[in-house]
Amino acid sequence: MTVDPHTLLAIVAMAFATVLTRLGGLVLIRFMTIGPKQKQALEAIPPAVLMAVIAPTALATGPAETIAALATALVATRLPLLAAVAAGVIVVAVARVFG
Amino acid sequence: MSPLTVAVMPIGLVFGAVAATKGLSSLEIVLMSALVFAGGSQFVALDIWTHPASWAALGFSALLVNIRHLLMSASIGTKTPAFSGPSRYAAMLLLADEIWAMAEVRAGETRLTPAWYAGLAVPFYLVWIMAGLAGSLAGAFLGDPKALGLDFAFPAVFIVLVMGFWKGRETGAVLAASAAAAVLAHQFLPGVWYIAAGAAAGVVAALFTGERQEACA
Repeated sequence: MTVDPHTLLAIVAMAFATVLTRLGGLVLIRFMTIGPKQKQALEAIPPAVLMAVIAPTALATGPAETIAALATALVATRLPLLAAVAAGVIVVAVARVFG
Repeated sequence: MSPLTVAVMPIGLVFGAVAATKGLSSLEIVLMSALVFAGGSQFVALDIWTHPASWAALGFSALLVNIRHLLMSASIGTKTPAFSGPSRYAAMLLLADEIWAMAEVRAGETRLTPAWYAGLAVPFYLVWIMAGLAGSLAGAFLGDPKALGLDFAFPAVFIVLVMGFWKGRETGAVLAASAAAAVLAHQFLPGVWYIAAGAAAGVVAALFTGERQEACA
């Protein structure tokens, strides 16, 4: 159980950067008025960011990941989150065996 | 315990196990999970980890990976009228992707309360740290996380969450633009610019489809 001083400094730098981004949004909206246009843009951010995070994995990694992404989405229309995630994990593991 | 908290366990285990193979001690792994608490940037950090660690490179990469939190906290910040000033800032410190996405879905259905948010975020936070610790201790026995498909748990959670935002054809335009920009940026740009590219393309698509609707009305 040791902590290297360089590692600690790096972790603190990462934490500082992350806190900055997490609190920054609150500061931003205090100085910005939210009109219908801004509201439209803000409402598009959640699905756009989520899609951007998963798109390279789901669409450009390989057939196993693409098939598993489709399976996850399909199961999610019928069953709760955990079942859909389990389906995705199982499908990707099986597809990689055959892929 | 929410399904989200259960879903974060395998990811935390994988993080701890991979971090241990990079030569981080269990205490260092726990410290990173507790202080940074942003899985994506923690995995990216392991990818570029050096000995001794470079605080500048790791801090900057965390800033890039997490710059989306700026938009996320701005977005959820408009939906927290039930929060007091200090509790709003405290809530933002626990704004991981999954917490934020669930909170956005919740805000679309009902009023977001501090109690509901804490009930979701605090167990998630604690489980993330504990799973990282368990992973670091069990690392050698876990085997290859890719063979078990565990690395897909994260994207799978996001796929389910993104479907919760579907509101019709405008959402389709946002998602298509974001996916196309993200895949392109991922192929041609280094690092994590693809997240910023996808977010920007999605917002532009939303403004464009919004304008067309106004023109038709």
